[in-house]
Amino acid sequence: MPFIVRRLGFYVVAAWVAITVTFFIPRALPGNAVTSMLGSMQNLQPQALHALEVEFGSHAKGSLIHQYFVYLGNLLHGNLGTSTVYQPASVASILEQKVPWTLALVGTATVIAFVLGTLLGVLAAWRRGGWLDRSLPGFTFLQATPYFFLALLIIELFSLTWHLFPFASGFALGLTPGWNWTFISSAIDHSVLPALTIVITSMAGWMLQMRNVMITTIGEDYVLAAQAKGLSSRRVVFTYAARNAIIPNIAGFALAIGFVIAGAIVMEIVFSYPGVGLLLFNSVTSNDYPLVQGIFLVISFAVLLACLLADLVYVVADPRARRRTAY
Amino acid sequence: MAVSVPLRPIVAAAPVARRGFLRSLPLKAKIGGSILGFYVLMAIIGPTLAPYNPNTLTTGVDAASAPSIHHLLGTTAIGGQDVLSQLLVGMGSTVELGLLVGAIATILAVGVGVTAGFLGGYVDEVLSLITNVFLVLPALPLLIVLLGYFPASSGQLPVAIVLSALGWAWGARVIRAQTLTLRNRDFIAAARESGERTWRIVLFEIVPNEISLIAASFVGTVLYAILSSVALAFIGVSSFSGWSLGTMLYWAQSQNALVIGAWWWWVTPGVAAAVLGMSLVLLNFGFDEMGNPRLRDTGRRKIRGRAWRPSDPTPVVPLVNEASL
Repeated sequence: MPFIVRRLGFYVVAAWVAITVTFFIPRALPGNAVTSMLGSMQNLQPQALHALEVEFGSHAKGSLIHQYFVYLGNLLHGNLGTSTVYQPASVASILEQKVPWTLALVGTATVIAFVLGTLLGVLAAWRRGGWLDRSLPGFTFLQATPYFFLALLIIELFSLTWHLFPFASGFALGLTPGWNWTFISSAIDHSVLPALTIVITSMAGWMLQMRNVMITTIGEDYVLAAQAKGLSSRRVVFTYAARNAIIPNIAGFALAIGFVIAGAIVMEIVFSYPGVGLLLFNSVTSNDYPLVQGIFLVISFAVLLACLLADLVYVVADPRARRRTAY
Repeated sequence: MAVSVPLRPIVAAAPVARRGFLRSLPLKAKIGGSILGFYVLMAIIGPTLAPYNPNTLTTGVDAASAPSIHHLLGTTAIGGQDVLSQLLVGMGSTVELGLLVGAIATILAVGVGVTAGFLGGYVDEVLSLITNVFLVLPALPLLIVLLGYFPASSGQLPVAIVLSALGWAWGARVIRAQTLTLRNRDFIAAARESGERTWRIVLFEIVPNEISLIAASFVGTVLYAILSSVALAFIGVSSFSGWSLGTMLYWAQSQNALVIGAWWWWVTPGVAAAVLGMSLVLLNFGFDEMGNPRLRDTGRRKIRGRAWRPSDPTPVVPLVNEASL
């Protein structure tokens, strides 16, 4: 089977699995749990209650297969249902509010970490055995640390000890979100520490991967040939070695972009940052299953889209991948 | 054609355990292995070493107290429980969970990876498809959703099962790739010609030759399991009835250990988890260096220096990028 067909097949199956897993999220609950949860929501409107029962499949009309197709039909119309906690707000409108927060924070931090980490990786490989290269074991410590622990350390130092930045929520209390400078500067102020946490913990991974691939690339004959031609070492490093060594890193970056939407869930919880991760956590703990389903679906599709992007990066950047037949 | 040549059974090249194998390990692997060994030891004897019962409230103590001669690592603000005792008891369950998930997920990964790579054809297509789907499922969100189903008192087993179910795919993919290259080697062909059964070839020819890759995959999975379980316990999704590094952090965070300045309460389990994680990363670096000689530290060798070695033709295994949490 040609590579492209196989990959497309993979995306179709993966998307189907994501949708089906999402469909079963509320239905996998033990039955009495659903009843008790619905019983605990006394102030529900009758039609909202009915919608929920259909959602959970407890009193739904028709077979499971029928419910499944109703669900698929709703998805095709972009209808993700209504949140039980924030009703009557629709899941889509809640996501619309929260996604920009996560995208701005985690997205920016991911880009900074990628650029910094890759550059440092090139430098470490260039000066093999230099101080940067020898301090790599220190970076492994950052990579292996539970990153919420690092977040706690950062809060302790920057917020509680030195009072440099605030650590809770996405903006100061009493402000209304809007495009004015007071609000934006407050939002930036509140995002410094979460962003710092992400950059510090994820930078090490980019750096190590880049360094290790660089070292293998530097050993290639064409790099030696470039050196033998008498090119400057800067040129050899950046346009000969790094240019080829960066391909796995770029593909990894494309994937990381997909995981941006999922947010750094634990980080958002630690900093009470109003993003998708905290929303997911809250909706799980408050049994808001329509919202859980919606978030999970959006996250899964973002990852799939990013995988597609990573595939394209490989095909565009690496001519060898175009002839590849295996995965 | 078709004249069957009687072949003498050829003993396939099995990896020979070299003398001084331990000594020949890269330094990073030695350090990582020693730290991990210490943790495993603590997991076994830790509970007997604990000076107090981790649940016992110290009478007359309400607030957290700093490290002292009676409580070497201080006490918690929950009635003055001994932090050292919690650590000694808690390390065990974290290490245990990590190793358990590592073992289950690695068995799954080897089973799927070797089967797919060795049999090929439609079996390979189907198994690779399943592997790749599991690779892209967002693990942490799914973990949080799935663990929400289990009551808080159900112990570590649900966590272990869910973590294993979501953690085998990367190993399976790497092992499959390695099996594909091994399948066409001469010694496998020889084993096949001499009439060995498929399961025998797989168990005694393929798997022993992938042992370093399997070990690396095991270590990577243990790291993933430990980091995920600590994070899940910290946010209070998984069981917090027993003591583990994650539950210690959960209680510290929920009682505002940061704000009241009880650093010993939350720094202790955090550092313990970080050092455990680092030992696993170091071990994996060691495995990488064994598989890829170019990564080995051979002292200063700058790109512009003249002390260049001719490039060696060792095939390079792509690096494992730890799934970020």
